[in-house]
Amino acid sequence: MQLEEVSKRFSSGIAVDRLSLDVGEGEFFALLGPSGCGKTTLLRMLAGLEAADHGRILLDGRDLALVPPHRRPINMMFQNYALFPHLNVENNVAFGLKQDEISSSEIASRVAHMLSLVRLQGYEKRKPHQLSGGERQRVALARSLAKRPRLLLLDEPLAALDKKLRNETQFELMNLQKQLGLTFIIVTHDQQEAMTMADRIGVMNHGRLIQVGPPSEIYEQPNSRWIADFIGDVNLIEAKVLAAEPGSLLVASSVAGELRAANARGCKPGETVWVALRPEKVRISRESPSARDANCVAGKVGNVGYLGEFSLYRVRLECGFEMKAMVPNIMRIAERAIKPDDSVWLSWSPDTPVVLTR
Amino acid sequence: MKAFVPGARVAGTRVVMLVPFLWLVFFFLVPFLIVLKISLSQPAIAQPPYVPVLDLSGGWQALKAFADGLSPDNYSLIASDRLYAASYFKSLQIATVSTLLLLVLGLPLALGMARAPTGWQPMLFMLVALPFWTSFLIRIYAWINILQHDGLLNQFLIILRLVDEPPAWLASDTAVYIGMTYSYLPFMVLPLYATLEKMDETLIEAAADLGCPRWKAFWLVTLPLSLPGVIAGVLLCFIPIVGEFVIPDLLGSSHSMMIGQTLWTEFFLNKDWPVAASVAVALLILLLVPILFYQHMQTRNLSERS
Repeated sequence: MQLEEVSKRFSSGIAVDRLSLDVGEGEFFALLGPSGCGKTTLLRMLAGLEAADHGRILLDGRDLALVPPHRRPINMMFQNYALFPHLNVENNVAFGLKQDEISSSEIASRVAHMLSLVRLQGYEKRKPHQLSGGERQRVALARSLAKRPRLLLLDEPLAALDKKLRNETQFELMNLQKQLGLTFIIVTHDQQEAMTMADRIGVMNHGRLIQVGPPSEIYEQPNSRWIADFIGDVNLIEAKVLAAEPGSLLVASSVAGELRAANARGCKPGETVWVALRPEKVRISRESPSARDANCVAGKVGNVGYLGEFSLYRVRLECGFEMKAMVPNIMRIAERAIKPDDSVWLSWSPDTPVVLTR
Repeated sequence: MKAFVPGARVAGTRVVMLVPFLWLVFFFLVPFLIVLKISLSQPAIAQPPYVPVLDLSGGWQALKAFADGLSPDNYSLIASDRLYAASYFKSLQIATVSTLLLLVLGLPLALGMARAPTGWQPMLFMLVALPFWTSFLIRIYAWINILQHDGLLNQFLIILRLVDEPPAWLASDTAVYIGMTYSYLPFMVLPLYATLEKMDETLIEAAADLGCPRWKAFWLVTLPLSLPGVIAGVLLCFIPIVGEFVIPDLLGSSHSMMIGQTLWTEFFLNKDWPVAASVAVALLILLLVPILFYQHMQTRNLSERS
């Protein structure tokens, strides 16, 4: 699947802006972005439900521009599931197969296989309104998989499910994708969902792809402040480069003084950069850390957010800048040493933050 | 106080339910029983023009005499005289054809309305309902004007050279079909629009995505889902058309009469109230079948939605 400079404009503004993307065979690709960033529009263009204003969409090298949606070897799982309310589960799943010239015995066996795949045997004769949200979602999945599409598009497929069911379904989806060897493109605004399931993530904003890469790369090596801030939590410290050596960087920040960081982007002295530091990579302690090379700042604990498996400490530095440190709750809460208003040291090794130039 | 509030609510609900119930008793059931009573009487040159007359002041004996005087003779007359059978048949034929025409015309209209930009829909809705603002009778007279020998339609056809000789439209079934279709179109379009407008557009997209071309999606998805609207529209048109009097009387031929015209003739020309009443009762029984079917569908829909 290839997209070349695809654009789409609505009367309300531009939805997709000169977007290019390659998705490989058998890949699980996630489109992640805030609502209104154009990710659903992009998906609808792939399905043929919207026409692109510019650019080309190619599947196996064939331009899809003139192929109507009902002729594309692409199926979509709709956000609201779009199950046919007048048909029972069996006929919903069989709907796509009946459009092709397939014998009824073949249809029956494939429907049965699909329903066993999504574990809905015994539900054949039920109507959609007799199903729970999770069951409907599974019928929609079975229906979109029944035709064995080259490409399956999933538009916020798990948005209507509660958290526990969502987590289970994520792994079911991943298993199905591997089992059937299909290419999946999923649209989601839930970064955890994208991180868990996808081989690669494309982060979209204002109709453009800001960064494309594996989940770990998106998280550990964001290419801009926007990505660093959008994916997960981050401390962003603005600084000026003092000295640049190959591999290492010395920067001066107004809020945290001189800091050391790895120089991955070839920054030059005098340049303005941002040091992006994930809260879970910050150590917090009451004593001054001993390690020589560590970056280290002093501050006072503002408040402690208890998240169950983690605690999030907000630490106010002397200049008023607030930094976040995330610490796993290894001990039970009563035994922990650091409390609000304690004076603490925050430290991190130079190779943990990412230096961003934009 | 706590116990009083729910009790008051139940009583309130009962009062609210009583209003339509009483309405139906006084304005439907009682008049129907009167008509039924007249249909079992015999005509007489008297005031009122039938016997026996129910006299409630005469006591038990009078009531018994009254009951003995009733007979189903009028119904055997209706069953045996082919005039009535032909009349009923004509009504059913006109109603069936008109309803089909209405459906064929109304469905694309309603579909177009439902798919129109949201901002336009109230306007389109208004336009469909607009003819109701003019008197029904005036509109039918206008059709006489349009359909007559040198009327607008024939002038138009001659200008376009579609015909050499102006055809006669009036006093034919065609004119009745035109009049029926014109008059009842809003009753077909509005319920259809109401169901189609509620339909989820993504269902059509899902059908297309699953390999179904647009025309086929109409048959497989749109039509089955608009079935409640189709049934409502069909019954809203079919039932009143069967009993329609004005349109066939003004536009139709005098050779074959619809049941409404037959009833009118019995009542006003023959002054035979009992036969007229039995024609009306028989018509009601004839129409009860589709009405009961409609009610059955309604309750099924309601239970399915909840």
